[in-house]
Amino acid sequence: MKVPTMAEYMAEGKQPEVLFWVGCAGSFDDRAKKITKAFVKILNNAKVEFAVLGAEESCTGDPAKRAGNEFLFQMQAVTNIEVMNAYEVKKVVTACPHCFNTIKNEYPSLGGNYEVLHHTQFLKSLLDDGRLTIEGGNFKGKRITFHDPCYLGRANDVYEAPRELIRKLDVELVEMKNCRKKGLCCGAGGAQMFKDAEPGNKEVNIERTEQALEVKPDIIAAGCPFCNTMMTDGIKNKEKEDSIVVQDIAELIANAQDL
Amino acid sequence: MEYIPNILFAILLIAGVGYFTKNVRKLTRNINLGKDVDRSDNKSERWKNMAMIALGQSKMVRRPIAGFLHVIVYVGFVIINIEVLEIIIDGLFGTHRIFTKVLPDSVYGFLIGTFEILAVLVLITVIIFWLRRNVIKLKRFLSAEMKGWPKSDGNIILYFEVVLMTLFLIMNATDVQFQDMNSGNIISKHIAGWFGSGDHLHTIERAAWWLHIAGILVFLNYLYYSKHLHILLAFPNTWYANLKPKGEFKNDANVTKEVMLMMDPNADPFAAPAEGEDEGEPEKFGASDVQDLNWVQLMNAYTCTECGRCTSECPANQTGKKLSPRKIMMDTRDRLEEVGKNIDANKGTFVDDGKALLNDYITPEELWACTSCNACVEACPVNIDPLSIIMEMRKYLVMEQSAAPSELNVMMGNIENNGAPWPYNQMDRLNWKDEN
Repeated sequence: MKVPTMAEYMAEGKQPEVLFWVGCAGSFDDRAKKITKAFVKILNNAKVEFAVLGAEESCTGDPAKRAGNEFLFQMQAVTNIEVMNAYEVKKVVTACPHCFNTIKNEYPSLGGNYEVLHHTQFLKSLLDDGRLTIEGGNFKGKRITFHDPCYLGRANDVYEAPRELIRKLDVELVEMKNCRKKGLCCGAGGAQMFKDAEPGNKEVNIERTEQALEVKPDIIAAGCPFCNTMMTDGIKNKEKEDSIVVQDIAELIANAQDL
Repeated sequence: MEYIPNILFAILLIAGVGYFTKNVRKLTRNINLGKDVDRSDNKSERWKNMAMIALGQSKMVRRPIAGFLHVIVYVGFVIINIEVLEIIIDGLFGTHRIFTKVLPDSVYGFLIGTFEILAVLVLITVIIFWLRRNVIKLKRFLSAEMKGWPKSDGNIILYFEVVLMTLFLIMNATDVQFQDMNSGNIISKHIAGWFGSGDHLHTIERAAWWLHIAGILVFLNYLYYSKHLHILLAFPNTWYANLKPKGEFKNDANVTKEVMLMMDPNADPFAAPAEGEDEGEPEKFGASDVQDLNWVQLMNAYTCTECGRCTSECPANQTGKKLSPRKIMMDTRDRLEEVGKNIDANKGTFVDDGKALLNDYITPEELWACTSCNACVEACPVNIDPLSIIMEMRKYLVMEQSAAPSELNVMMGNIENNGAPWPYNQMDRLNWKDEN
């Protein structure tokens, strides 16, 4: 798989069009790595000149900040900013809404000013520019529901880019009772991913999975590696993994084109 | 002797407005106990937000039933209060329905007729509100934090409105002159008959008139002790609300100073502070008490009218966790009031009472249940931000007390050592490229 690094670009004295910020989940989590690869396949197919930081990338600091450790967050942030500024990065795309939110909103006041896009926004722009074509392929006529990631939706008011991509797949897009501004969290945000839930009578991801099951989807589309994990766990808990799949929008597009 | 009613009225008015002013001063003093935060940018957007959200009720109507009913009471309340202007002039100068002298009968009748229709609509709506709170038993009015005073407060406000609207209609119905004019008595003419005819009508009319204005002044002074303060504070609260993306959590400038010092290769970590530079108390990180919050967060607490939309949208609350964003706001206000009373009792300075917002009001369990999803912030009809308070308190727990849940300490240790929340080596970040 062709995945150039920023260091390689620099050695050739060139600048890529965009930096693909992979994120920790996209780098290490087995499920999320599939999303990363699907996105890279699309980028290569669309002949996008992109690069990754590879071993020079480090956690954005999002979970540390949300867990209350502002010091660790800012240490991570200034380290990453130093690396990105050294490579004169202008444009960043990432498949993780948490990385997206942090780099876009919380890095500027620490000296990191970039144009930051969620991968669904970036893919939408490729589509608009005619560099990417999406066809229904395997998904024609399937029922798909989209789970809004909090850090993409409410946090940054991005609701339409992922939906416009899904509609291009010739599928039937069905909305859950809580969607867009009212979308229900998957339960992973605010560093909850890394701890047990506080005492309660239900897990948040089960509540959200039940909302998804109400609309009887064939596919639950996600736009965040953490939401993806939480919804996948929810589907397994409901023993529906044989009939319903949870896939990132990048995976849906890559699969539709047999990339 | 003939001026006694005028004098009595003036005294009543001065006492009512005076006591209210005194409490407003206390309110602003308490809000200003919060830290400074600059919210003076983008004035045009702020005015627009206030016009749309507070004046225009745009977020209220997202829940159509409650929103529609609220608009009726809101419009009714605001418009009917034009009548108060006439009452005050009449009361001070001993006139009777002074506006009939200045306005043509038809215009005056149109105004009063509108007020009467609105008064009836408000009465009906208030009864529906009462049923929603006490008979239908909507879930969000039954949470633990709504027991006791908050429940009574909600009902007292409704009783006030019933009494005020009823007095207004009785006052019109028993006003013989007004009924004879037969313009604008669109509702009151139907109830005028209930009171018969004769001299006692004048007595009832006067009694209703006095009780009406006295009731309004009492209600005005009730506000400071009630969740009903939102009728005033909704306006500044929406004006000063955060305009940045909801996902952006402000970077702590004190931490930035330290981080920049650590990253600066030329900085001398053992350097004494420069001559004349005030070393000062090291700044406390995060918030354990109300004085550590900023003044907008404290204003948020006074603005909250405990509707519970935040809590009903909260994923943690929906799944049975202890966290309720509404309780965060109510606790903040209760503690702020306690601190304010402490300051009053100690001649203007706060004397440590061994209590704090953290633990005595809000427990770590509540704070750690939050997913930072912003559903509460989005749901609030007047742009209150409970999430920012939760995050400030987490910061205190972690940075001042090292009291994070142990799994989070593991996660943070991993980030510190490997640059990822899991124990993987940073050098392996690109391994996925060659895996199948």
